[in-house]
Parts: sequence; C-alpha cells; structure tokens
Amino acid sequence: MSGVRVLIGTRKGAFILESDGKRQNWTIHGPHFAGWEMYHLKGSPVDPNRIYASQTSGWFGQILQRSSDGGKTWETPGGEAMPKPGEMPSGASNKFVYDTSAESGKPLTTHQWYDGTQHPWEFKRVWHLEPSLTDPDTVYAGIEDAAIFKSADGAKSWQELPGLRGHGTGPKWQPGAGGMCLHTIILDPSNSKRMYIAISAAGAFRTDDGGASWKPINKGLVSEYIPDKTAEIGHCVHHVAMHGSRPNTLFMQKHWDVMRSDNAGDEWHEVSGNLPTDFGFVIDVHAHEPETVYVVPIKSDSHHFPLDGKLQVYRSRTGGNEWEPLTKGLPQQDCYVNVLRDAMAVDSLDKCGVYFGTTGGQVYASSDAGDNWAPIAEHLPAVLSVEVQTLK
Amino acid sequence: MIRVALPAHLRTLAKVDGSEVKLEVAGPATLRSVLDALEARYPMLCGTVRDHVTLERRPFVRFFVCSEDWSHESPDAPLPEAVASGVEPFFVVGAIAGG
Repeated sequence: MSGVRVLIGTRKGAFILESDGKRQNWTIHGPHFAGWEMYHLKGSPVDPNRIYASQTSGWFGQILQRSSDGGKTWETPGGEAMPKPGEMPSGASNKFVYDTSAESGKPLTTHQWYDGTQHPWEFKRVWHLEPSLTDPDTVYAGIEDAAIFKSADGAKSWQELPGLRGHGTGPKWQPGAGGMCLHTIILDPSNSKRMYIAISAAGAFRTDDGGASWKPINKGLVSEYIPDKTAEIGHCVHHVAMHGSRPNTLFMQKHWDVMRSDNAGDEWHEVSGNLPTDFGFVIDVHAHEPETVYVVPIKSDSHHFPLDGKLQVYRSRTGGNEWEPLTKGLPQQDCYVNVLRDAMAVDSLDKCGVYFGTTGGQVYASSDAGDNWAPIAEHLPAVLSVEVQTLK
Repeated sequence: MIRVALPAHLRTLAKVDGSEVKLEVAGPATLRSVLDALEARYPMLCGTVRDHVTLERRPFVRFFVCSEDWSHESPDAPLPEAVASGVEPFFVVGAIAGG
C-alpha cells in the first residue's frame, strides 16, 4: 500500500511524519538532532530510504547526516570509522572548502556586503540538499555563502562546482536578510547536464554542462529595490519550482512578483495577476497538473506574515495570473506566521497532496490538491523546510 | 590519559555517555595534541570545535583548563600537569549566546 513520509526541518530538530495513502492519520517521529537547526532534509528519488539532512549550529557549525533506513537511524557519513594509526580523521562530511586552485577553481573573490563594501566568501551552512535523480550516492548542496557543492560518495566528501562562483559576477552578489544563500537546486529530469540554482540575492543561474559553467537567467525580472532594477545580477529570488514533465517551464517566487519562464529561464514574465500581494517565499507545482501552481502570499518584506492575519494558499490552474484563495481548514484570523522558502512540497498520489510548514510550528496538509486543509503537526519549533516522499 | 569534558550537543554527536571522554594523547599535552586526539577518536567531531582547514577555534567555542580560560592560548603551549595527568579535565565549552 502506498504511503507518504514528510520530512520536516525546524529550528530545533527534525521530525518525520508518516501516513498511509489515505493521509488521514499521521505519526510523528522525532525530534531527531534535538536542539540543532535542521535547514533541510531530502530523500533520494531512486532510494527512498536514503535521506540526507543538513544539521547546523551557531556554536558547532555544519554537520551532514545520512540515513539508509528512511530516517530511523542516522550517521555522519564517514565519521564513524576510527582512522588507522598515522591516518588523518575521516570526518569530512561537513568539510565545505571553496575551490581556490588555479587549475580547477578560481581565486577566492569577494562579494558585496550589506553596506556595499566587498566581503570575503565564508562558509556558514548548507541550506539545501538535492539528491541525484539517478544515483543515491550523488547529492548536491547549496550553501551560504553562495556556492554549489557535489558529493559522489554519499556525502562523505564534497567538492565545489567552482564555475558558478567563478562566473565573474560574484562581486555583485549580496546577502539577503537570511544571508547570501544558495537555496534552490533543480535537476532537469530530461537532461542530466542541466541544472538550475537560485541565490538570494544574486538571482537564478543555469548550467547546461553538468555544472562546469553557468549563465545568469534573470532577463525579465524587475526589482525596484536595486539600483538597476533590470540588472543581470542582484535579484532576490526566493524560490523556483518546475514540473518534471515540462522542464523548460519554471515558476519563481521572487522577493516581490511571481514569475514564469517557458524557455528554461532565458526570459521571465510576471504572472502575479490577481494575487492580493505578490511577496512570498514558497512556490510549488501540482504533481500531475503542470499548470497548477501554489504560493502563500505574505503581506510584505517588512511584515513577513500573511495579509490581514489570514493564512491563505493561492492556487492557479492556469499557470499563473488567475489565482484563487484556498482557505478551508486554515486559520482565517489572528494568524501571523511565515512560510519559508523551502517549506512547501507535494506528494504524487491521486489526488495530489500539498504540504507546508510555518514559523509557528504548524504543518498543514491537503489531500485534495488544496481544496481542504488540516494540520498534521501543530506545536513543532519554527519550520524551516518541508519535503515529501511518496512511498509505493 | 586526558579527560575532555564536552558540551551536550557534541556528546550526542559523538554518541558518548557521561560528560567526559578519555583520550590517549601522543607526546606533550597541548591544545593541539588534545584536539588532534579528540578528532582521531571521534571523527564526527571534525569541524565542530575548530575549523577543518585553518584549525582555528570556532568563534562560539571556548576552552577552559584548571578554572582558567585557555581559548586564546597558543595551540602548542603545554597544558598544566593536572590536565596532562588526568586529575583535572580539559573543558570544551559552548559560549553562552542565547538561542
């Protein structure tokens, strides 16, 4: 029988929620890694029991965790084995070192700091983990300060894909309020050489050669808060989503504006339409309907809570522009939570399930594509990320 | 035998019971040799106390020895005999910083 596993990263640990295919009764497991910030957990599409997790702490830095049994037990990859006499410790799963070699990398440059001065690149944490579509031991990491790393040994070791940071526009990249993070990685299921990433606040980039080189794909984005509002670099992209059956169509929740591209990011146009506010963080696409898109409008960048205290998901069945509020089962008064960029996901059951988590610690689920909602967890720490595995 | 007292999160990460771990340290007992031995015995702690590459102490981690702050001592300074002999523990402490 089919089932669903929801992977929740929070400010104070990770939680795993499980249900059968009816999605009515949920069991909560956790907290895993209690007390640590869990920025992101994601399972391998080819081996659902293989799950990667980013565990961080202001005190003790970055930890990478890996499960091979669906989240029941965890290990720091390569960190369990005692080295032989004379060998160096093998705990390198949390070692993210920018590639500054003249041969393969670029000399470590600077990026723009909040005050406009230049600032050196400094590793802080892993925001997003994206397992390969074909190999459970291959996984990509989006980090702060923004760069993309790859592991081909199950997260035991990591190497930067330096072509992104070496693109040459780095001195124009700048941190958003949450830091200069690479928060979105999308793998094209139809083209193993093509990936998309997004950085706050630099914009979106695409590679067509497996990560060796990258191009900015920000044409059509308009950001009033930067000196040149249509600049190639500097846009605060909050999240990007794609439906696997239409890999050239992308949907973006920018700082302000909901955007769409139908040519793999070469050009974007706004599809905010009748949204009551087009600021927000999450965006996702229905599992079976590539023109059905979900966002959670947030009042503004200075408020970071829903409009009028009403938590509403908006759904477009037309690929944008025409949006309908989805409110059944969601709080419609006195609600002042936020929904962060990686905190929405869908399952692939029929009907499509939609899930999102809030900074108030609630996780809401809809088992009918958004028509009706119910909390499946209500008192967790602030939710940072939500991912869903549909289990066959 | 050197006793190292670890903060709770690192004990959990290293999967050890009790507040201390006991380490055999090769050569003179210094900050560097104790941390080398700690990371060799518990590889999952690499990068959590000091930087992987620079080996500098992480900003919110402090070292205390015999009631004194050793956070800013040279990594090669000899530790007091009381620590080297295991009478007193070497403390790795997470700085008090809210959260």
